[in-house]
Amino acid sequence: MQKDSFSSDTPSNHLGRVRHRKRSAEVSQDANKANGANLLVNDRNKYKSMLIRTHSALWMIGGFAFIIYMGHLYIWAMIVVIQIFMARELFNLLRKANEDRQLPGFRLLNWHFFFTAMLFTYGRFLSRQLVNTVTSDKLLYQLVSGLIKYQMVICYFLYIAGFVWFILTLKKKMYKYQFSQYAWTHMILLIVFVQSSFTVANIFEGIFWFLLPASLIVINDIAAYFFGFFFGRTPLIKLSPKKTWEGFIGALVTTMFSAFVLANLMGRFRWLTCPRKDLSTVWLHCDPGPMFKPEYYPLRVWVPEWFPWKEVPILPVQWHALALGLFASIIAPFGGFFASGFKRAFKFKDFGDSIPGHGGITDRMDCQMVMAVFAYIYHQSFVMPQSFSIEMILDQILRNLSFEEQQILYEQLGKIFQDRQAMLA
Amino acid sequence: MQKDSSYSEAPSNHLGRVRHRKRSSEVSQDANKTNGANLLVNDRNKYKSMLIRTYSSLWMIGGFAFIIYMGHLYIWAMIVVIQIVMARELFNLLRKANEDRQLPGFRLLNWHFFFTAMLFTYGRFLSRQLVNTVTSDKLLYQLVSWVIKYQMVICYFLYIAGFVWFILTLKKKMYKYQFSQYAWTHMILLTVFVQSSFTVANIFEGIFWFLLPASLIVINDIAAYFFGFFFGRTPLIKLSPKKTWEGFIGALGTTMFSAFVLANLMGRFQWLTCPRKDLSTGWLHCDPGPMFKPEYYPLPGWVSHWFPWKEVPILPVQWHALALGLFASIIAPFGGFFASGFKRAFKFKDFGDSIPGHGGITDRMDCQMVMAVFAYIYHQSFVMPQSFSVEMILDQILRNLTFEEQQILYGQLGKIFQDRQSMLA
Repeated sequence: MQKDSFSSDTPSNHLGRVRHRKRSAEVSQDANKANGANLLVNDRNKYKSMLIRTHSALWMIGGFAFIIYMGHLYIWAMIVVIQIFMARELFNLLRKANEDRQLPGFRLLNWHFFFTAMLFTYGRFLSRQLVNTVTSDKLLYQLVSGLIKYQMVICYFLYIAGFVWFILTLKKKMYKYQFSQYAWTHMILLIVFVQSSFTVANIFEGIFWFLLPASLIVINDIAAYFFGFFFGRTPLIKLSPKKTWEGFIGALVTTMFSAFVLANLMGRFRWLTCPRKDLSTVWLHCDPGPMFKPEYYPLRVWVPEWFPWKEVPILPVQWHALALGLFASIIAPFGGFFASGFKRAFKFKDFGDSIPGHGGITDRMDCQMVMAVFAYIYHQSFVMPQSFSIEMILDQILRNLSFEEQQILYEQLGKIFQDRQAMLA
Repeated sequence: MQKDSSYSEAPSNHLGRVRHRKRSSEVSQDANKTNGANLLVNDRNKYKSMLIRTYSSLWMIGGFAFIIYMGHLYIWAMIVVIQIVMARELFNLLRKANEDRQLPGFRLLNWHFFFTAMLFTYGRFLSRQLVNTVTSDKLLYQLVSWVIKYQMVICYFLYIAGFVWFILTLKKKMYKYQFSQYAWTHMILLTVFVQSSFTVANIFEGIFWFLLPASLIVINDIAAYFFGFFFGRTPLIKLSPKKTWEGFIGALGTTMFSAFVLANLMGRFQWLTCPRKDLSTGWLHCDPGPMFKPEYYPLPGWVSHWFPWKEVPILPVQWHALALGLFASIIAPFGGFFASGFKRAFKFKDFGDSIPGHGGITDRMDCQMVMAVFAYIYHQSFVMPQSFSVEMILDQILRNLTFEEQQILYGQLGKIFQDRQSMLA
């Protein structure tokens, strides 16, 4: 019975549940054995689909952990692959096969805009890393610097080429379909690229800022499922009838607690906390910064004498992790509601069928997208400026200006200081 | 007869023709008088609507010239007003009155996103100007600096608030309409804000970079009309059947020539060429930079026999103006084709009826939008970097760092120079 309700949950509930699949399969198998033989036939079929789900989930977790181990460049490659799959799913979604036959080359236009968007976002976000990677070869360095300098123009002309191509291929009686597809393409690319480029930007600041938010989303989903499973009574929102307030609140607490603990665990590894300045794959050594230096808080008052630890090391980043956890529990689920409502509006079950048992990539990524954008903006606004400005500007000076320009800057700065002293005196 | 054909072109041809209306009405009035009395009844009605058109055009030209005279802040205000009217036109366009009655507050959501987009774009583009304006008052300065520092977070949370609000107001059976409206809102805001924020960014670099591209679009339209009127034979594109290749090529030549000449004329006024560093409205004095310093090219011998001039002063900016003219004639009309196809796809005559005789604001702005984006990107990539980097970084240092941090930076920079000297020695 419990198992039946669980499996009838899962097809319509599309939120990312990577580790959940494995655990729920175990729970369901136990319940199955306890229920008796009369439901064994149904149970065998559902057992089979649960097995498929678990199989996919294990592969996803394993692959993900392996890529984290391999490093920044491979994570970036993974994100690019996810982008391509998501875009393909979404492009195919509102296409009508009938009209498409009359418009050869229209799908190619979508991929042209996709390529332009990719060039634009990664050109902006990874320009520094690109430049640092090719400093060895003089010719390649000049080529890459030229590309980065004129990146906006190149991307703009690629976009205009696509725009002109679109207008030249407008066919009588197909106008409405073509314009809708054009708008749809823009929306897809906006969604796919904003969140994934922010993710990539975060990764090169330190895998920590990618791994922690992603883990919090997964933990939130699993916790919401379990709290809803055991305590769920009051429905949360009409859009997703299986969600409950008990699940929501239980997941909130669990996520906040996990955020605090996970930040401490993850913050101890240089592989996760060090920023990557170029596109190499070597091991990282760096001074992680004040964010990851443990501060010791004495526990004198709260714990008895026999407790071995007299103080608890807390990394300052753990307080930031609490904010991330709060967002992951309260706001990120709305990404799931949005996708849910969207599928109901346009009457389809899943975004695709890439992952057996789970639906498409977009089904897994809906909450992750909202979280990735928040993690980037939070990092840029509250984490980065605290230990950063002088080095960033010094970096810019040394990178962007020629030696003569640097001297000019130095003299002008000195003069400004002198003027300032004179004014104060 | 000529008048009939010329006039019947005008309603379906929606490209911006501010000065054209005045001239064509003059041409038409002459033709009217020579045609005789038997067409006088029809002519009177068309004469009347031509009068309305001319009246609107004169007001638009007059108002525009006045605002250019008043300065950067007023041009910015004009663009904001144009944005609001365009957004209102486009929001209303695909709304269905029936569904809207069941969704109270949905229109308010559109304006919420509009306000968020405005805060975001002008916060990014005018942060420097804002900071420079309020340096007088200590409290206001701190408030504005704080708002700019956390601008991304503020805008993000406003957007998330709108996103959550949208999801919470999803109503059964209205999902598809609501999602379509949501996507439509995003597309409108993208279209309206990208081009107008680039325009505003250009204005504060110097009114020249706003006035020249806008004038070139108008000149291109007028020239295309006249060349098509007198020489037009071969149709240009199925989307706009009244456009001809003769008009296109004639306009290309005229626009390139006008670009060259206009750049010289406009480049002589400091009011147009000086950048505005704050939001004041006072008169500007500045060193316009090498772009606007005339270089004298000696004219070949035969010219000096006939004309008193021995050499011709050419501002370097005139060569850039040629590129702007080329784009204005070749690519910018595709903005008009896009709007034309869009109206045909969704079966309406004009975007709105704000301007009597001309249609809506969007009808006037369609080519201007494409041109404004190009002008900004061209300026950023080819014009600005030439005289720029040291000031930009100096600016960043003075704005972003505290006095102590600036001293630290100065010290570190000095040390790096010393190390460099000792390495070279």
